[in-house]
Amino acid sequence: MNSPPSLYRRAAFRWLLSLVAVSAFTLLSGCDRLPGFLNPGGPIAHAQREHLGFVILMVMIVVLPVLVLTPWLVWRYRYSGQASYRPRWSFSKLIDVLIWGVPVIVVGVLSVVLWQKTIALDPYKPIESDKTPLEVQVIGFDWKWLFIYPDQGVATLGRLILPTDRPVSFTLTSATVMQTFFIPALGSQIDVMNRMVTRLHLIAEREGDFMGRNIQYNGEGFYKQQFTTQTVSQNRFDTYIDQIRTQGHTLDQGAYALLKAQNTWKDVANALSDDPPPPAPMVAFSQVPDGLFHAIARHQPVDWAGLAESSDAASNTSERAIQERNTQ
Amino acid sequence: MTTHTAGASTRHPGLNLGEPHEEAHSANEELVFGFWVFMMSDFIIFGLLFATYVTMLGGTAGGPGPSDLLEMKGAFIETMLLLASSFTFGMASLSLKYHQGTAKLIGWLVVTLLLGLGFLAHELKDFHTMISEGGYPSRSGYLSAFFSLVPLHGLHVAGACLWMLAIFGQMAVHRIDTQVKTGLTRLAILWHFLDIVWIVIFSLVYLGGLT
Amino acid sequence: MTDESSFLLGRLGWDALPFWDMIQNPTRESIINGIIASGAAGMVVLGALAAAALITWYGKWKVLWCDWLTSVDHKKIGIMFIVIALLMLLRAVIEAAFMRAQQAFGLGGGFLSPEHYGQLFTTHGTIMIFFMAMPFLTGLINFVMPLQIGARDLSFPVLNSVSFGLTAAGAALMMISLVLAPFSTGGWTGYPPFTELQANPGPGVDYWIWGVTLSTLSSTFSGINFAVTIYKKRAPGMTLMRMPLFCWTALCTSILMIFGMPPLTVATGLLALDRYLDFHMFTADLGGNMMNYINLFWAFGHPEVYILILPAFGVFSEVFSTFSGKRLYGYTALVIATMAIAVLSFTVWLHHFFTMGQSAHINAVFGIATMLIGIPTGVKIFDWMLTMYRGRVRLTVPMVYAVGFLILFSIGGLSGIILATPSIDYQIHNSLFLVAHFHNMLIPGLLFGMLAGYTYWFSKAFGFQLDARWGYRAAWSWIVGFMLAFFPLYALGLLGMPRRTVAFFDPVYLPWTIAAGLGALIILYAIVCLMAQLWVSIKRRDALATPGGDPWDGRSLEWDTPSPVPEYNFPVLPQVNSHDAFYRQKCDGAPHESPARYEPITIPKNTAMGVIIGVSGTAVGFGLTWHMWWLALAFSAVALVAMIARGFARNTTWTLDAEAIERQQRAWAHQLEQFEPITRQWEQSEANRGVPVPPNEGAIQ
Repeated sequence: MNSPPSLYRRAAFRWLLSLVAVSAFTLLSGCDRLPGFLNPGGPIAHAQREHLGFVILMVMIVVLPVLVLTPWLVWRYRYSGQASYRPRWSFSKLIDVLIWGVPVIVVGVLSVVLWQKTIALDPYKPIESDKTPLEVQVIGFDWKWLFIYPDQGVATLGRLILPTDRPVSFTLTSATVMQTFFIPALGSQIDVMNRMVTRLHLIAEREGDFMGRNIQYNGEGFYKQQFTTQTVSQNRFDTYIDQIRTQGHTLDQGAYALLKAQNTWKDVANALSDDPPPPAPMVAFSQVPDGLFHAIARHQPVDWAGLAESSDAASNTSERAIQERNTQ
Repeated sequence: MTTHTAGASTRHPGLNLGEPHEEAHSANEELVFGFWVFMMSDFIIFGLLFATYVTMLGGTAGGPGPSDLLEMKGAFIETMLLLASSFTFGMASLSLKYHQGTAKLIGWLVVTLLLGLGFLAHELKDFHTMISEGGYPSRSGYLSAFFSLVPLHGLHVAGACLWMLAIFGQMAVHRIDTQVKTGLTRLAILWHFLDIVWIVIFSLVYLGGLT
Repeated sequence: MTDESSFLLGRLGWDALPFWDMIQNPTRESIINGIIASGAAGMVVLGALAAAALITWYGKWKVLWCDWLTSVDHKKIGIMFIVIALLMLLRAVIEAAFMRAQQAFGLGGGFLSPEHYGQLFTTHGTIMIFFMAMPFLTGLINFVMPLQIGARDLSFPVLNSVSFGLTAAGAALMMISLVLAPFSTGGWTGYPPFTELQANPGPGVDYWIWGVTLSTLSSTFSGINFAVTIYKKRAPGMTLMRMPLFCWTALCTSILMIFGMPPLTVATGLLALDRYLDFHMFTADLGGNMMNYINLFWAFGHPEVYILILPAFGVFSEVFSTFSGKRLYGYTALVIATMAIAVLSFTVWLHHFFTMGQSAHINAVFGIATMLIGIPTGVKIFDWMLTMYRGRVRLTVPMVYAVGFLILFSIGGLSGIILATPSIDYQIHNSLFLVAHFHNMLIPGLLFGMLAGYTYWFSKAFGFQLDARWGYRAAWSWIVGFMLAFFPLYALGLLGMPRRTVAFFDPVYLPWTIAAGLGALIILYAIVCLMAQLWVSIKRRDALATPGGDPWDGRSLEWDTPSPVPEYNFPVLPQVNSHDAFYRQKCDGAPHESPARYEPITIPKNTAMGVIIGVSGTAVGFGLTWHMWWLALAFSAVALVAMIARGFARNTTWTLDAEAIERQQRAWAHQLEQFEPITRQWEQSEANRGVPVPPNEGAIQ
C-alpha cells in the first residue's frame, strides 16, 4: 500500500484548497470593478447578495464538519494506526438524532427565510416608491434587445437608459425563440417567450454602466447578445429622451426588417449608418409604431399607418400608448 | 424457474391460472409481474398526454374545437365495442383457466379480435371525418394534442391485435403450451389496460369536450 | 443536407461531410473548425476500421459473436455496457477539453466557431448523461446486483440483451453524427421553439431526438428488469432488509427509471411529431405551448439526476464498509434516506425553471421541497463518515475516490441549496455557477462512484486486479483536475458569465477561464492514467491475478465466488441468515461451504435479439434523421418481425449437468487451499491471490 503519511498530507491539502475556494467567493464581494450582483447597483441585487451570504453561513453548519472531520477520520482510524476498532458498532441513537435533527433545523430556518425572500423579491412584484414607475417594453430578437419607452414614444437598441432611484416596470416578450433578459447588477433575470408576456421590476440606486444580456442560448449570435444599461439622474434621462426624439430614426418597416433579421445591434447600427444621438453608442428610434409591443406579443399586424411624419405625432403616440396601457 | 426464492410466495397480479396449470402457473409469476410494471410505465405516458391535452384545450388558434368536431355517437359505439371486447377476452381467460377446450378459447379470442378491429375501423373513420371537416393536427395546438393522445391509444390497440394474431400463429405451431398461456395472460392485461385508458379518453376528451 | 431530397438518400448530401464547408467557403474560421471536425470524424472511421482489423487479425469474430454480442449473461452484458461508457467518456472529455480551451482563449473570439461550439456542448451533455453515465451505472448494477442477492441472472435476460442493443444503437448514432454532421446545437435539454423546424430545420435536432429515444427505451427496460429481479429473485432468507445497500440503491434507481423515463419519451416524441408531421405541440404559433415541453422534460430530468447518483451512493456504501473493515453505519437510516430521496425526486422538478414566470408562491414551495431532499442526502454523508469512525481505514484506490467524494460532493450540496433558493437563483440560473454545481454533483458523485465501483469489482469480473499505481494517479488527477476545472466556474457564474457561451468580452473572466482550461488538461491526464492503468493491468494480468475471488475481504455474496465468476454464478443458491451474509459466514468459520449435493442448472441460450434490435434501432434512427423513409420502414419491420418470431421460440435454455459444476467447484476449492491468505496491507500488491486471512472475532485482518 502507498505510504500513508503522504496520502494524508495530500488529503489535508485538498480540503484546505476547497475551503480557500469557498471563502474566496465571499472576499470577492468587496471588489468594485466586478460585473454582476456581487457589486450591486440596486436594492434587489443587494438583497440577493445578502441572502447568498446567509445561505452559505447556514449550510456551513452542516458542511464544515464534513470538510474538517473527514480528513481527520481517515488519518486517525487508519489501518496502520492504533485507534479503537469496533467492527460491529453501527448505530447510536444520540448520533442519529443529531445527524437528522441538525439538518432539519437548518433547512427549517432556511425555508422560512426562503419563503419570505422569494415573495419579497418576486420579479413580478411592483417596487414600492413615491415615484411613478417608468414603463419599458422589451422585445427579444435574434440577437439583440429592443427597448420601447411607451410613455415617451421612443425606443433604443443596444443601450438601455434608466433613471436612478425610480422603479422600472418591464413588460417583456420574445419575437423569436425563448430567451432570458438579465441585468445582474440590478436584479433578477426573467425568461421571455414568443406569444407570451412576462414582467420584471427593477430599480437602480446609483449612476453607472451595467452589463445586460441574454442568458439563455438561442443560436450562434447568443454570445453577442449584450447591451449596456446606463443609469443616470432623472434630469439627464429626460434630456436623453428629448435628444432621441429629435435625432433618432423612425422605426419603419425597413428598420423593422433589419430587426427581424439574425444580427446584432451593431449590425443594425451599421445598416442604418448614421450617428446616433447621445449617449452613443446605440441605435435610437424617435418614432415607434403604436402598440408595436402588443402586436408582436399577440402575432397581430403592426400598425405602420399610425407612424406620422412630423415630430408632433411623437407626443400623440405617447398619449395613445398610455391610454392603451391603461385599458390592458 | 425456481420456486424457492425469498420473493416468490405466490401473489399473482394477473390471471391466477391455478394448480391444474402447474408449470404455467409458476412461470407466469415473474413474467406477468414484469408486464404489470411495464404497463405502469405506459400508464405514465398516457397520464402525461392527458395532462398535456388538458392544458391545450384553449389552444384552438381560431380553428375548430371539441364541440365542433367531436361526436358522441361514434365515441359511444367505440366504447361499446371495446367494453364488449374486454368482456369477451375475460371469457377467453376463464375458458383457458377452466380447461374448457381449444375451440371455445379460440372462439372467444376471435370475437375479441373482431371487436378490436371493429373499434379501430370505426376510429379511423371518425378521424377521417374530423380531418375532412378541418380538424387536422397541424391546424392548432389543441388538435395536435388530441391527435397525439387518441391515436396513440389506437396504435396500442392495433399492436394488441397484432399480438393476438401472433399468438394464434404460436398456437398453430406449438398448441397451447406454457409460453402461449403466459402470452395470453399478458395480452389480457394489455387489453384491459387499453380499455381503462379508453374510458378515461371517453370521459375526458369526448364527454368533457362536448359538455 | 440538400434542399432536394432523393428517395434513396433522403436529404443526405455532400454537405453532411465535416470538411465540405471548409472546401466550399474557405475562411480562417471554417478551415480551423473543419480540420477539428474532420479529425473527429476521422477518429471514428479509423477507430471502427482498427477495431475490425484487430478482431480479424486475432481471429476473434466468433468469440465476439458467441461469447459477447449474443450472450444473455448479466455479467457479459454488464461489462459491455461499461465498455460503451468508457469509450463515450473518452469522447465527451475530449469535447469538454475543446470547450475549455476555447474559453481559455475566448476573450473576444477564440478558435471555435459558434456553430461548432453549439454542437460541442450539446453532444458533450447528451453523451455524458445518456451514453456514459446511464450505461456505466446500468452496467455496474447489471453485473453486481444479481450476485449480491444470490441470483443466477436477471429476471429477463433476453430483455437485458435488447436493452444493451438499444443503448449501443444510440451510441452508434452519436458516433455516426460526427461523420455525417451536423448534430443539434440545442443543448442536451433541447428546448423548443429553438429545436422546432423554423429555427433548426436540419438533421441535428433529429439526431438528438432519436439518439435520446433509443437510450430512454433502453433504460426503461433495464429499470423493469432490475426491479422485478430484486423483488422476485433474492436468495432464500434474503429479506429486503438483509440486502446490501447497493441493491437498495439499485431498486430505487430502477423505480426511478420506470417512472422517470416516460416523461422524456413523451417530450421527445411530441417534439418529433412537431418536426415530422407539422404538429403544434410546442410551437409558438397556432396554439402550441413550449412550457409544456419544459415541464415534461424536467419531470424526467430531475428523477434522472437521482438515477445517476443513487447507484454511486450504493457503491460508496460498499466501499466505505469494506475498506473500513466495519459494518455500514445506520443501515436502516440509509435505506429510509434512499427511499425518501427516490420519492422526493418527483416533487422538485420546477426548480429547473424558477425564472419562467410562475408565481412566487409556487417557486417558494418547490424551493423548500428541493432543500428537503438535502436532508436525507446529508444524513447519508454523515453515515459514511461514521462508518469510518472506529474502523480501520485502508486508503485503497476506491477509497481515494470515496473520500474525495465526501468532501467535494458536500461543496456541491452547498451550491445546490444556493440554487434551490429562488431569489438567488434569479441571479445565477443558466450561468456557469449552475454548470459548476451539476458537475460538482456528477463528477465527485456519479463519476467517482462509477470509477470506484469499476476498480472495486474489476477483479471479480476478469480475475485480475487493476494496477494500483496508475489507479492512484488517475484518482488524484481527477480530484485536482476537477477542482481546478470547476471551482473557477462558481466565480464566473457569480460574475454573470452565462453557460453555453462560446466567447466573452469582459477581461475579468479571463484568469478564471484559463484556470479552468488548465484543470481540463489535468482531467485529460486523468483519462490517460485510466487508459494506462487498463493497459498495464492487462499486460501484468498473471501477476495481478486473484482467482481466489475475495481480494478485499468483502462482506457480501458476490465475493463468495471465484474470479472470474462462472456463468451460473452459484452452484447452489445460498441460504442467507443475516446482513453482510458472506462476512457472517467468514466470522462463523465457514467462508465457502461446499454444497451437500449438486443439481443440474438451466441456463438461457444465446440469442441474436439484442443485436437485431440494436442494428434496427440505429438504422431507424438514421433513416428518420435523414428522411430516408424506406430505411426507417424496412428496419422497423425487421424489428417487429424479430419480436414476433421470438414469440415462437421454444427450447431457449440448455442444462449444465451437475458433474461439471462439481468439478469446477472442487477445482476452485483446491486453488483456495494453495494460496497464501493475506492481511489487508498486501491487498493491492501482487501477493493478493484473492484469499484473505479470516476475521478474528469480527475484526478484519
